[in-house]
Amino acid sequence: MAVLVIAEHDNASLNDATHKVVTAAAKFGGDVDVLVAGEGAGDVAAAAGKISGVRKVLHADGASVAKQVAEAMEALVVPLMDGYDAVFIPATTMGKNISPRIAAKLDVMQLSDITDVIDTDTFERPIYAGNAILTVKSSDAKKVITVRGTAFDAAGEDGSASVESVDAPAGPFKSEFVSEQMVKSDRPELAGAKRVVSGGRALGSKEEFDRLIVPLADKLEAAVGASRAAVDAGYAPNDYQVGQTGKIVAPELYVAIGISGAIQHLAGMKDSKIIVAINKDEEAPIFQVADYGLVADLFNAVPELTEAL
Amino acid sequence: MKVLVPVKRVIDYNVKVRVKPDQTGVDLANVKMSMNPFDEISVEEAVRMKEAGTATEVVIVSIGPQQAQETIRTALAMGGDRGILIKTDETVEPLAVAKLLAKVVEEEKPDLVLLGKQAIDDDSNQTGQMLAALLDWPQGTFAYKLEKDGDALTVTREVDGGLQTLKLSTPAIVTVDLRLNEPRYASLPNIMKAKKKPIDEKAPGDYGVDIAPRLSVVKVTEPPVREAGEKVEDVATLVSKLKAAGAI
Repeated sequence: MAVLVIAEHDNASLNDATHKVVTAAAKFGGDVDVLVAGEGAGDVAAAAGKISGVRKVLHADGASVAKQVAEAMEALVVPLMDGYDAVFIPATTMGKNISPRIAAKLDVMQLSDITDVIDTDTFERPIYAGNAILTVKSSDAKKVITVRGTAFDAAGEDGSASVESVDAPAGPFKSEFVSEQMVKSDRPELAGAKRVVSGGRALGSKEEFDRLIVPLADKLEAAVGASRAAVDAGYAPNDYQVGQTGKIVAPELYVAIGISGAIQHLAGMKDSKIIVAINKDEEAPIFQVADYGLVADLFNAVPELTEAL
Repeated sequence: MKVLVPVKRVIDYNVKVRVKPDQTGVDLANVKMSMNPFDEISVEEAVRMKEAGTATEVVIVSIGPQQAQETIRTALAMGGDRGILIKTDETVEPLAVAKLLAKVVEEEKPDLVLLGKQAIDDDSNQTGQMLAALLDWPQGTFAYKLEKDGDALTVTREVDGGLQTLKLSTPAIVTVDLRLNEPRYASLPNIMKAKKKPIDEKAPGDYGVDIAPRLSVVKVTEPPVREAGEKVEDVATLVSKLKAAGAI
Protein backbone atom coordinates (compact mmCIF):
# COMPACT_ATOMS: atom_id res chain seq x y z
CA MET A 1 0.00 0.00 0.00
CA ALA A 2 1.22 3.53 -0.72
CA VAL A 3 -0.01 7.04 0.06
CA LEU A 4 0.86 10.25 -1.73
CA VAL A 5 1.02 13.43 0.37
CA ILE A 6 0.90 16.80 -1.37
CA ALA A 7 3.22 19.32 0.25
CA GLU A 8 2.10 22.79 1.29
CA HIS A 9 4.82 25.37 0.62
CA ASP A 10 5.56 28.74 -0.96
CA ASN A 11 8.51 27.57 -3.12
CA ALA A 12 10.93 28.82 -0.44
CA SER A 13 9.98 26.86 2.66
CA LEU A 14 7.98 23.80 3.54
CA ASN A 15 4.86 24.50 5.60
CA ASP A 16 4.40 22.56 8.83
CA ALA A 17 0.91 21.51 7.60
CA THR A 18 2.77 18.95 5.45
CA HIS A 19 4.32 17.29 8.51
CA LYS A 20 0.86 16.91 10.04
CA VAL A 21 -0.55 15.33 6.90
CA VAL A 22 2.37 12.88 6.88
CA THR A 23 1.32 11.81 10.40
CA ALA A 24 -2.25 11.21 9.18
CA ALA A 25 -0.95 9.32 6.12
CA ALA A 26 1.26 7.14 8.32
CA LYS A 27 -1.79 6.25 10.41
CA PHE A 28 -3.52 5.15 7.18
CA GLY A 29 -0.51 2.91 6.58
CA GLY A 30 1.83 1.83 3.81
CA ASP A 31 4.63 3.78 2.17
CA VAL A 32 4.34 7.55 2.33
CA ASP A 33 5.68 9.66 -0.54
CA VAL A 34 5.54 13.46 -0.65
CA LEU A 35 4.90 15.44 -3.81
CA VAL A 36 6.47 18.89 -3.97
CA ALA A 37 5.06 20.81 -6.92
CA GLY A 38 6.51 24.26 -7.48
CA GLU A 39 9.02 26.38 -9.27
CA GLY A 40 12.55 26.57 -7.95
CA ALA A 41 11.42 24.69 -4.86
CA GLY A 42 14.50 22.48 -4.55
CA ASP A 43 15.02 23.47 -0.92
CA VAL A 44 11.43 22.51 -0.17
CA ALA A 45 11.92 19.10 -1.75
CA ALA A 46 15.07 18.57 0.32
CA ALA A 47 13.19 19.59 3.47
CA ALA A 48 10.35 17.18 2.63
CA GLY A 49 12.92 14.38 2.42
CA LYS A 50 13.80 14.98 6.06
CA ILE A 51 10.27 14.36 7.34
CA SER A 52 10.26 11.18 9.43
CA GLY A 53 8.70 8.17 7.77
CA VAL A 54 8.77 9.46 4.20
CA ARG A 55 9.85 6.89 1.57
CA LYS A 56 10.64 9.29 -1.24
CA VAL A 57 9.95 12.80 -2.46
CA LEU A 58 8.55 13.46 -5.92
CA HIS A 59 9.63 16.88 -7.14
CA ALA A 60 7.81 18.53 -10.05
CA ASP A 61 9.52 21.73 -11.07
CA GLY A 62 7.96 24.12 -13.57
CA ALA A 63 6.16 27.39 -14.14
CA SER A 64 2.79 25.64 -14.56
CA VAL A 65 2.79 24.50 -10.94
CA ALA A 66 4.57 27.53 -9.44
CA LYS A 67 1.31 28.72 -7.85
CA GLN A 68 -0.31 25.27 -7.69
CA VAL A 69 -3.21 26.34 -9.91
CA ALA A 70 -5.92 23.68 -9.77
CA GLU A 71 -5.93 22.53 -13.40
CA ALA A 72 -2.16 22.07 -13.49
CA MET A 73 -2.21 20.20 -10.18
CA GLU A 74 -4.96 17.94 -11.50
CA ALA A 75 -2.90 17.19 -14.61
CA LEU A 76 0.11 16.41 -12.43
CA VAL A 77 -1.50 14.34 -9.68
CA VAL A 78 -4.16 12.25 -11.48
CA PRO A 79 -1.67 10.17 -13.55
CA LEU A 80 0.54 9.66 -10.46
CA MET A 81 -2.40 8.08 -8.64
CA ASP A 82 -1.97 4.86 -10.64
CA GLY A 83 0.75 4.05 -8.13
CA TYR A 84 -1.09 5.02 -4.95
CA ASP A 85 -4.03 3.86 -2.84
CA ALA A 86 -4.70 7.27 -1.37
CA VAL A 87 -3.76 10.91 -1.63
CA PHE A 88 -3.63 12.97 1.57
CA ILE A 89 -3.75 16.72 1.12
CA PRO A 90 -3.63 19.48 3.74
CA ALA A 91 -7.01 21.22 4.24
CA THR A 92 -5.45 24.57 3.44
CA THR A 93 -6.86 26.84 0.74
CA MET A 94 -4.40 25.19 -1.67
CA GLY A 95 -5.57 21.72 -0.70
CA LYS A 96 -9.29 22.55 -0.66
CA ASN A 97 -8.95 24.06 -4.11
CA ILE A 98 -7.24 21.13 -5.81
CA SER A 99 -8.38 17.97 -4.05
CA PRO A 100 -12.01 17.74 -5.26
CA ARG A 101 -10.75 18.26 -8.78
CA ILE A 102 -8.47 15.25 -8.40
CA ALA A 103 -11.25 13.22 -6.73
CA ALA A 104 -13.76 13.88 -9.52
CA LYS A 105 -11.23 12.84 -12.17
CA LEU A 106 -10.63 9.60 -10.29
CA ASP A 107 -14.41 9.16 -9.77
CA VAL A 108 -13.89 9.11 -6.02
CA MET A 109 -16.04 10.77 -3.35
CA GLN A 110 -13.59 12.87 -1.36
CA LEU A 111 -13.42 12.93 2.43
CA SER A 112 -12.88 16.52 3.54
CA ASP A 113 -11.11 17.82 6.61
CA ILE A 114 -10.62 14.52 8.41
CA THR A 115 -9.66 14.61 12.09
CA ASP A 116 -8.89 10.92 12.54
CA VAL A 117 -8.08 7.75 10.58
CA ILE A 118 -9.96 4.76 12.04
CA ASP A 119 -8.93 2.23 9.38
CA THR A 120 -8.17 2.33 5.66
CA ASP A 121 -11.87 2.84 4.82
CA THR A 122 -13.12 4.68 7.88
CA PHE A 123 -12.45 8.25 8.93
CA GLU A 124 -13.71 10.86 11.34
CA ARG A 125 -14.60 14.40 10.32
CA PRO A 126 -16.52 17.29 11.80
CA ILE A 127 -19.80 18.40 10.20
CA TYR A 128 -22.17 21.28 10.96
CA ALA A 129 -19.31 23.57 11.97
CA GLY A 130 -17.98 20.99 14.38
CA ASN A 131 -21.32 20.59 16.19
CA ALA A 132 -21.37 16.93 15.22
CA ILE A 133 -18.64 14.41 14.51
CA LEU A 134 -19.22 12.04 11.61
CA THR A 135 -17.57 8.64 11.41
CA VAL A 136 -17.81 7.67 7.76
CA LYS A 137 -16.84 4.66 5.69
CA SER A 138 -15.83 4.97 2.06
CA SER A 139 -16.48 2.26 -0.53
CA ASP A 140 -14.17 3.83 -3.13
CA ALA A 141 -11.07 1.81 -4.01
CA LYS A 142 -8.82 4.86 -3.85
CA LYS A 143 -9.14 7.56 -1.22
CA VAL A 144 -8.88 11.30 -1.74
CA ILE A 145 -8.60 13.02 1.62
CA THR A 146 -7.99 16.47 3.01
CA VAL A 147 -6.57 16.61 6.51
CA ARG A 148 -7.32 19.08 9.26
CA GLY A 149 -3.85 20.01 10.53
CA THR A 150 -4.87 20.80 14.09
CA ALA A 151 -6.01 17.20 14.60
CA PHE A 152 -2.59 15.60 14.00
CA ASP A 153 0.85 16.14 15.51
CA ALA A 154 3.61 17.16 13.13
CA ALA A 155 5.89 14.30 12.05
CA GLY A 156 9.53 14.67 13.11
CA GLU A 157 12.49 15.44 10.90
CA ASP A 158 14.90 12.54 11.16
CA GLY A 159 14.26 11.12 7.69
CA SER A 160 16.58 10.96 4.71
CA ALA A 161 14.34 10.17 1.74
CA SER A 162 15.64 10.56 -1.78
CA VAL A 163 14.23 13.15 -4.16
CA GLU A 164 13.03 11.98 -7.54
CA SER A 165 12.07 14.33 -10.39
CA VAL A 166 8.70 14.10 -12.10
CA ASP A 167 7.66 16.23 -15.06
CA ALA A 168 5.53 19.29 -14.42
CA PRO A 169 2.58 19.44 -16.82
CA ALA A 170 3.20 21.56 -19.88
CA GLY A 171 -0.06 23.47 -20.24
CA PRO A 172 -1.36 25.88 -21.35
CA PHE A 173 -4.35 25.81 -19.05
CA LYS A 174 -7.65 27.65 -19.16
CA SER A 175 -6.81 29.60 -16.02
CA GLU A 176 -3.82 31.80 -15.62
CA PHE A 177 -2.16 33.25 -12.53
CA VAL A 178 -2.24 37.05 -12.63
CA SER A 179 -1.02 38.34 -9.28
CA GLU A 180 -1.13 37.93 -5.55
CA GLN A 181 -1.24 40.25 -2.60
CA MET A 182 0.20 38.50 0.40
CA VAL A 183 0.04 40.02 3.85
CA LYS A 184 3.64 40.49 4.89
CA SER A 185 4.28 39.67 8.49
CA ASP A 186 7.08 38.55 10.77
CA ARG A 187 4.57 36.89 13.01
CA PRO A 188 3.99 33.17 13.27
CA GLU A 189 1.51 31.88 10.72
CA LEU A 190 -2.01 31.75 12.14
CA ALA A 191 -2.86 28.11 11.35
CA GLY A 192 0.26 26.70 12.99
CA ALA A 193 0.93 29.29 15.73
CA LYS A 194 1.52 28.26 19.35
CA ARG A 195 -0.27 31.38 20.58
CA VAL A 196 -3.04 33.38 18.95
CA VAL A 197 -4.54 36.73 19.96
CA SER A 198 -7.87 37.38 18.22
CA GLY A 199 -9.98 40.50 18.19
CA GLY A 200 -13.69 40.96 17.59
CA ARG A 201 -16.19 43.57 16.67
CA ALA A 202 -16.12 45.17 20.13
CA LEU A 203 -12.81 46.80 19.18
CA GLY A 204 -14.86 49.19 17.08
CA SER A 205 -12.30 50.18 14.44
CA LYS A 206 -9.19 49.10 12.58
CA GLU A 207 -7.22 51.73 14.51
CA GLU A 208 -8.24 50.24 17.85
CA PHE A 209 -7.60 46.70 16.55
CA ASP A 210 -4.06 47.69 15.59
CA ARG A 211 -3.51 49.72 18.76
CA LEU A 212 -4.69 47.03 21.20
CA ILE A 213 -4.39 43.58 19.60
CA VAL A 214 -1.07 43.95 17.82
CA PRO A 215 1.08 44.99 20.84
CA LEU A 216 -0.40 42.17 22.92
CA ALA A 217 0.37 39.70 20.14
CA ASP A 218 3.90 41.13 19.92
CA LYS A 219 4.42 40.60 23.65
CA LEU A 220 3.16 37.02 23.45
CA GLU A 221 4.95 36.32 20.14
CA ALA A 222 1.53 35.30 18.92
CA ALA A 223 -0.24 35.24 15.58
CA VAL A 224 -3.14 37.64 15.15
CA GLY A 225 -6.63 36.38 14.40
CA ALA A 226 -10.07 37.94 14.15
CA SER A 227 -13.72 37.07 14.26
CA ARG A 228 -15.76 37.17 11.09
CA ALA A 229 -17.52 40.31 12.34
CA ALA A 230 -14.17 42.09 12.74
CA VAL A 231 -13.01 41.01 9.28
CA ASP A 232 -16.30 42.00 7.65
CA ALA A 233 -16.06 45.40 9.32
CA GLY A 234 -12.58 45.84 7.84
CA TYR A 235 -10.65 45.81 11.13
CA ALA A 236 -8.43 42.94 9.95
CA PRO A 237 -7.54 41.26 6.65
CA ASN A 238 -9.57 38.30 5.36
CA ASP A 239 -7.04 35.65 6.10
CA TYR A 240 -7.08 36.52 9.82
CA GLN A 241 -10.56 35.04 10.13
CA VAL A 242 -10.81 32.19 12.61
CA GLY A 243 -13.88 30.01 12.32
CA GLN A 244 -15.90 27.45 10.44
CA THR A 245 -15.15 28.92 7.05
CA GLY A 246 -11.88 30.64 7.91
CA LYS A 247 -8.83 29.24 9.66
CA ILE A 248 -9.08 26.37 12.10
CA VAL A 249 -6.58 26.89 14.90
CA ALA A 250 -5.61 24.92 17.98
CA PRO A 251 -2.79 26.81 19.67
CA GLU A 252 -1.44 26.31 23.20
CA LEU A 253 -2.95 29.68 24.12
CA TYR A 254 -5.87 31.45 22.45
CA VAL A 255 -6.79 34.92 23.67
CA ALA A 256 -10.21 36.13 22.48
CA ILE A 257 -10.72 39.84 22.92
CA GLY A 258 -14.11 41.45 22.39
CA ILE A 259 -15.37 38.29 20.66
CA SER A 260 -18.84 37.14 21.69
CA GLY A 261 -18.27 33.55 20.54
CA ALA A 262 -20.74 32.68 17.77
CA ILE A 263 -20.77 28.92 17.08
CA GLN A 264 -19.06 29.58 13.75
CA HIS A 265 -16.15 31.21 15.59
CA LEU A 266 -16.00 28.54 18.29
CA ALA A 267 -15.77 25.92 15.51
CA GLY A 268 -12.44 27.43 14.54
CA MET A 269 -10.75 27.61 17.95
CA LYS A 270 -12.41 25.40 20.56
CA ASP A 271 -9.66 22.78 20.36
CA SER A 272 -7.13 25.31 21.67
CA LYS A 273 -5.34 24.11 24.81
CA ILE A 274 -5.97 27.19 26.96
CA ILE A 275 -8.59 29.76 26.04
CA VAL A 276 -8.68 33.22 27.58
CA ALA A 277 -11.65 35.51 26.95
CA ILE A 278 -11.91 39.20 27.71
CA ASN A 279 -15.36 40.63 27.14
CA LYS A 280 -17.54 43.09 29.00
CA ASP A 281 -20.68 41.02 28.43
CA GLU A 282 -20.61 38.32 31.06
CA GLU A 283 -23.30 36.38 29.17
CA ALA A 284 -21.13 36.11 26.03
CA PRO A 285 -20.99 32.47 24.80
CA ILE A 286 -17.19 32.67 24.57
CA PHE A 287 -17.08 32.31 28.38
CA GLN A 288 -18.64 28.85 28.07
CA VAL A 289 -15.46 27.56 26.45
CA ALA A 290 -12.91 29.82 28.14
CA ASP A 291 -10.53 28.44 30.76
CA TYR A 292 -10.02 31.94 32.10
CA GLY A 293 -12.66 34.57 31.55
CA LEU A 294 -12.26 38.21 32.45
CA VAL A 295 -15.42 40.30 32.41
CA ALA A 296 -13.99 43.74 31.76
CA ASP A 297 -13.85 46.66 29.38
CA LEU A 298 -11.25 45.56 26.86
CA PHE A 299 -10.06 49.13 26.31
CA ASN A 300 -8.73 49.12 29.89
CA ALA A 301 -7.93 45.44 30.34
CA VAL A 302 -5.92 44.83 27.16
CA PRO A 303 -3.33 47.61 27.67
CA GLU A 304 -3.03 46.52 31.29
CA LEU A 305 -2.45 42.92 30.21
CA THR A 306 0.11 43.94 27.58
CA GLU A 307 1.89 46.01 30.23
CA ALA A 308 1.86 43.17 32.77
CA LEU A 309 3.52 40.63 30.45
CA MET B 1 -23.43 35.72 -20.41
CA LYS B 2 -25.77 33.10 -19.07
CA VAL B 3 -25.25 32.19 -15.42
CA LEU B 4 -26.27 28.97 -13.66
CA VAL B 5 -26.54 29.13 -9.86
CA PRO B 6 -26.95 25.88 -7.89
CA VAL B 7 -28.52 26.36 -4.44
CA LYS B 8 -28.83 23.96 -1.52
CA ARG B 9 -31.48 23.77 1.17
CA VAL B 10 -29.75 23.34 4.52
CA ILE B 11 -30.47 23.64 8.21
CA ASP B 12 -30.68 27.36 9.05
CA TYR B 13 -27.47 29.09 10.02
CA ASN B 14 -28.85 30.06 13.44
CA VAL B 15 -30.24 26.69 14.48
CA LYS B 16 -28.39 24.79 17.16
CA VAL B 17 -27.71 21.37 15.66
CA ARG B 18 -28.67 18.34 17.76
CA VAL B 19 -27.28 14.87 17.24
CA LYS B 20 -29.90 12.12 17.29
CA PRO B 21 -29.67 9.79 20.29
CA ASP B 22 -29.36 6.75 18.00
CA GLN B 23 -26.25 8.34 16.39
CA THR B 24 -27.59 8.02 12.83
CA GLY B 25 -27.41 11.71 12.06
CA VAL B 26 -28.61 15.09 13.25
CA ASP B 27 -32.20 15.90 14.04
CA LEU B 28 -33.83 17.64 11.10
CA ALA B 29 -37.46 17.18 12.19
CA ASN B 30 -39.26 20.51 12.65
CA VAL B 31 -36.03 22.42 12.21
CA LYS B 32 -35.94 25.68 10.25
CA MET B 33 -34.34 25.19 6.84
CA SER B 34 -32.91 27.96 4.64
CA MET B 35 -30.75 28.54 1.62
CA ASN B 36 -27.09 27.77 2.27
CA PRO B 37 -25.61 31.20 3.15
CA PHE B 38 -22.79 30.89 0.60
CA ASP B 39 -25.38 30.17 -2.10
CA GLU B 40 -27.19 33.40 -1.22
CA ILE B 41 -23.95 35.18 -2.04
CA SER B 42 -23.69 33.42 -5.42
CA VAL B 43 -27.34 34.25 -6.25
CA GLU B 44 -26.70 37.87 -5.29
CA GLU B 45 -23.60 38.06 -7.48
CA ALA B 46 -25.43 36.60 -10.47
CA VAL B 47 -28.33 39.03 -10.01
CA ARG B 48 -25.92 41.95 -9.75
CA MET B 49 -24.28 40.81 -12.99
CA LYS B 50 -27.68 40.82 -14.61
CA GLU B 51 -28.46 44.28 -13.26
CA ALA B 52 -25.10 45.50 -14.57
CA GLY B 53 -25.85 44.06 -17.99
CA THR B 54 -23.08 41.43 -17.95
CA ALA B 55 -25.45 38.50 -17.37
CA THR B 56 -28.37 37.85 -19.71
CA GLU B 57 -30.15 35.12 -17.77
CA VAL B 58 -29.83 33.67 -14.27
CA VAL B 59 -30.98 30.05 -13.93
CA ILE B 60 -31.34 28.57 -10.43
CA VAL B 61 -30.99 24.83 -9.87
CA SER B 62 -31.46 22.78 -6.71
CA ILE B 63 -31.20 19.08 -5.98
CA GLY B 64 -33.27 17.85 -3.07
CA PRO B 65 -36.72 17.09 -1.72
CA GLN B 66 -39.91 18.84 -2.84
CA GLN B 67 -39.29 21.57 -0.24
CA ALA B 68 -36.12 22.59 -2.10
CA GLN B 69 -38.58 24.35 -4.39
CA GLU B 70 -38.95 26.98 -1.64
CA THR B 71 -35.21 27.55 -1.78
CA ILE B 72 -35.44 28.05 -5.53
CA ARG B 73 -38.35 30.49 -5.00
CA THR B 74 -36.19 32.48 -2.58
CA ALA B 75 -33.49 32.75 -5.25
CA LEU B 76 -36.08 33.74 -7.85
CA ALA B 77 -37.39 36.42 -5.48
CA MET B 78 -33.84 37.78 -5.23
CA GLY B 79 -33.81 38.14 -9.02
CA GLY B 80 -33.25 34.74 -10.65
CA ASP B 81 -35.16 34.20 -13.89
CA ARG B 82 -36.26 30.57 -13.69
CA GLY B 83 -35.60 27.40 -11.78
CA ILE B 84 -34.85 23.72 -12.15
CA LEU B 85 -35.62 21.31 -9.31
CA ILE B 86 -34.02 17.90 -9.50
CA LYS B 87 -36.24 16.14 -7.03
CA THR B 88 -34.97 13.35 -4.80
CA ASP B 89 -35.38 12.32 -1.19
CA GLU B 90 -32.07 10.47 -1.24
CA THR B 91 -28.82 11.84 0.16
CA VAL B 92 -26.88 13.14 -2.82
CA GLU B 93 -23.14 13.40 -2.21
CA PRO B 94 -21.05 16.20 -3.76
CA LEU B 95 -19.67 13.91 -6.51
CA ALA B 96 -23.19 12.93 -7.59
CA VAL B 97 -24.34 16.56 -7.33
CA ALA B 98 -21.45 17.55 -9.61
CA LYS B 99 -22.41 14.81 -12.10
CA LEU B 100 -26.03 15.99 -12.17
CA LEU B 101 -24.94 19.61 -12.55
CA ALA B 102 -22.63 18.62 -15.41
CA LYS B 103 -25.70 17.26 -17.23
CA VAL B 104 -27.65 20.44 -16.51
CA VAL B 105 -24.71 22.42 -17.91
CA GLU B 106 -24.81 20.30 -21.09
CA GLU B 107 -28.46 21.24 -21.55
CA GLU B 108 -28.38 24.84 -20.44
CA LYS B 109 -24.95 25.79 -21.80
CA PRO B 110 -24.18 28.56 -19.28
CA ASP B 111 -21.00 30.65 -19.59
CA LEU B 112 -20.56 30.71 -15.84
CA VAL B 113 -21.62 28.47 -12.97
CA LEU B 114 -21.55 30.37 -9.66
CA LEU B 115 -21.63 28.20 -6.52
CA GLY B 116 -21.19 28.70 -2.81
CA LYS B 117 -17.76 27.50 -1.69
CA GLN B 118 -19.26 25.07 0.79
CA ALA B 119 -22.56 24.05 2.32
CA ILE B 120 -22.82 24.63 6.05
CA ASP B 121 -24.31 21.18 6.71
CA ASP B 122 -21.65 18.72 5.57
CA ASP B 123 -18.90 21.39 5.21
CA SER B 124 -17.45 19.45 2.28
CA ASN B 125 -16.27 22.29 0.01
CA GLN B 126 -16.14 20.04 -3.07
CA THR B 127 -19.00 20.49 -5.55
CA GLY B 128 -17.70 23.44 -7.59
CA GLN B 129 -14.23 22.00 -8.02
CA MET B 130 -15.65 18.58 -8.95
CA LEU B 131 -17.95 20.15 -11.52
CA ALA B 132 -14.99 22.03 -13.00
CA ALA B 133 -13.06 18.76 -13.30
CA LEU B 134 -15.95 16.87 -14.91
CA LEU B 135 -16.44 19.63 -17.48
CA ASP B 136 -12.72 20.35 -17.91
CA TRP B 137 -13.45 24.00 -17.18
CA PRO B 138 -11.20 26.45 -15.34
CA GLN B 139 -12.09 27.23 -11.74
CA GLY B 140 -11.80 30.23 -9.47
CA THR B 141 -12.63 29.14 -5.92
CA PHE B 142 -13.26 31.25 -2.79
CA ALA B 143 -13.98 34.41 -4.82
CA TYR B 144 -13.51 37.75 -3.09
CA LYS B 145 -14.02 39.78 -6.25
CA LEU B 146 -15.30 38.83 -9.69
CA GLU B 147 -15.00 40.95 -12.83
CA LYS B 148 -15.78 40.33 -16.47
CA ASP B 149 -12.84 41.11 -18.69
CA GLY B 150 -13.87 40.75 -22.33
CA ASP B 151 -14.60 37.07 -22.82
CA ALA B 152 -12.63 36.18 -19.72
CA LEU B 153 -13.25 36.49 -15.97
CA THR B 154 -10.86 37.95 -13.44
CA VAL B 155 -11.32 36.30 -10.06
CA THR B 156 -9.62 37.47 -6.90
CA ARG B 157 -9.54 34.61 -4.41
CA GLU B 158 -9.23 34.45 -0.63
CA VAL B 159 -6.19 32.24 0.01
CA ASP B 160 -4.03 31.53 3.05
CA GLY B 161 -1.78 34.52 3.47
CA GLY B 162 -3.77 36.99 1.38
CA LEU B 163 -5.41 37.27 -2.01
CA GLN B 164 -4.65 35.65 -5.35
CA THR B 165 -5.94 36.82 -8.74
CA LEU B 166 -6.58 34.43 -11.64
CA LYS B 167 -7.80 35.02 -15.14
CA LEU B 168 -10.22 32.35 -16.37
CA SER B 169 -11.35 31.76 -19.92
CA THR B 170 -15.11 31.13 -20.17
CA PRO B 171 -17.07 28.99 -19.69
CA ALA B 172 -15.87 28.78 -16.10
CA ILE B 173 -16.71 27.74 -12.55
CA VAL B 174 -16.52 30.24 -9.72
CA THR B 175 -17.17 29.45 -6.06
CA VAL B 176 -17.87 32.36 -3.76
CA ASP B 177 -16.51 33.32 -0.35
CA LEU B 178 -18.10 35.44 2.35
CA ARG B 179 -16.90 38.86 1.34
CA LEU B 180 -17.88 38.91 -2.33
CA ASN B 181 -21.08 40.80 -1.57
CA GLU B 182 -23.86 41.20 0.95
CA PRO B 183 -27.00 39.40 -0.25
CA ARG B 184 -30.21 41.40 -0.45
CA TYR B 185 -33.50 40.62 1.19
CA ALA B 186 -36.20 39.97 -1.38
CA SER B 187 -38.91 42.63 -1.39
CA LEU B 188 -42.56 41.63 -1.04
CA PRO B 189 -43.41 42.54 -4.67
CA ASN B 190 -40.46 40.45 -5.85
CA ILE B 191 -41.57 37.53 -3.66
CA MET B 192 -45.00 37.75 -5.28
CA LYS B 193 -43.46 37.99 -8.74
CA ALA B 194 -41.26 34.96 -8.04
CA LYS B 195 -44.34 32.81 -7.54
CA LYS B 196 -45.06 33.16 -11.24
CA LYS B 197 -41.57 32.35 -12.45
CA PRO B 198 -41.26 28.88 -13.99
CA ILE B 199 -39.63 25.96 -12.18
CA ASP B 200 -38.94 22.82 -14.19
CA GLU B 201 -39.20 19.62 -12.20
CA LYS B 202 -36.83 16.76 -13.00
CA ALA B 203 -35.57 13.58 -11.39
CA PRO B 204 -31.98 12.28 -11.19
CA GLY B 205 -33.07 9.45 -13.52
CA ASP B 206 -33.88 11.97 -16.26
CA TYR B 207 -30.17 12.68 -16.50
CA GLY B 208 -29.03 9.05 -16.38
CA VAL B 209 -26.74 9.76 -13.45
CA ASP B 210 -25.99 7.14 -10.80
CA ILE B 211 -26.38 8.95 -7.48
CA ALA B 212 -25.76 5.91 -5.27
CA PRO B 213 -23.69 7.06 -2.29
CA ARG B 214 -20.04 6.08 -1.98
CA LEU B 215 -19.92 6.86 1.70
CA SER B 216 -21.86 5.32 4.53
CA VAL B 217 -22.44 6.82 7.94
CA VAL B 218 -21.00 4.68 10.71
CA LYS B 219 -22.17 7.08 13.41
CA VAL B 220 -22.70 10.71 14.21
CA THR B 221 -21.75 11.80 17.70
CA GLU B 222 -21.63 14.94 19.82
CA PRO B 223 -18.24 16.61 19.90
CA PRO B 224 -16.44 16.48 23.24
CA VAL B 225 -17.87 19.22 25.42
CA ARG B 226 -15.45 21.82 26.60
CA GLU B 227 -16.16 22.81 30.18
CA ALA B 228 -16.24 26.47 31.09
CA GLY B 229 -13.31 27.35 33.32
CA GLU B 230 -13.23 30.12 35.86
CA LYS B 231 -13.89 33.83 35.85
CA VAL B 232 -10.94 35.85 37.06
CA GLU B 233 -11.24 39.11 38.99
CA ASP B 234 -8.70 41.26 37.23
CA VAL B 235 -5.74 41.35 34.87
CA ALA B 236 -3.20 40.59 37.62
CA THR B 237 -5.07 37.40 38.57
CA LEU B 238 -5.29 36.41 34.91
CA VAL B 239 -1.54 36.83 34.47
CA SER B 240 -0.74 34.80 37.56
CA LYS B 241 -3.14 32.02 36.53
CA LEU B 242 -1.59 31.88 33.07
CA LYS B 243 1.88 31.73 34.57
CA ALA B 244 0.83 28.95 36.94
CA ALA B 245 -0.62 27.01 33.99
CA GLY B 246 2.63 27.44 32.07
CA ALA B 247 0.85 29.24 29.24
CA ILE B 248 3.11 32.30 29.40
